[in-house]
Amino acid sequence: MEIAWKKDVDAALAEARAAHRPVLLDFSAAPM
Amino acid sequence: MYPRESVARFVTDNFVPVRVHVKEQPAMFDRFGARWTPTILVLDSEGNERHRIEGFLPEKDFIGQLALALGHVAFAEQRWTDAERWLAEALERNPDGEAAPEALYWKGVSRYKATGDPKELNETAKAFANRYVGSSWAKKASVWAA
Repeated sequence: MEIAWKKDVDAALAEARAAHRPVLLDFSAAPM
Repeated sequence: MYPRESVARFVTDNFVPVRVHVKEQPAMFDRFGARWTPTILVLDSEGNERHRIEGFLPEKDFIGQLALALGHVAFAEQRWTDAERWLAEALERNPDGEAAPEALYWKGVSRYKATGDPKELNETAKAFANRYVGSSWAKKASVWAA
């Protein structure tokens, strides 16, 4: 399976708050 | 780390995953104090940082760190039973990893918080007598041995 990465940090934070889920925030230099 | 099925599954099951690329969103590196890649932050649902991983880790170590992170998130939210469960999982998934002694320490604290019984801290100190003896977490727990 592949991870469905999001790119918009603030949208992800809003989603996390609404769903009461933690956020995994990956800072990468790898090809995307 | 992420090409591994077990890692992808663990991340998908437990987090809202966000990836920020250094060339696309450099301001985000400054906002969160990321100094190197990869850096992985675990934030609670209110956006507070609860755990930070800097640098690559192999699969077992990475999942152990993520379980530890979920323990920290639950602990900060005073969900003591959930914290204990995640910290036990961090220990089980990689008992020889760097996350393990920290997980053992906070697992004992979570148990104490849940029960209010100081013997839980004493039991944790006893556990450190046999495991992770040279770790900083064993030294921190030694005060509970008396």
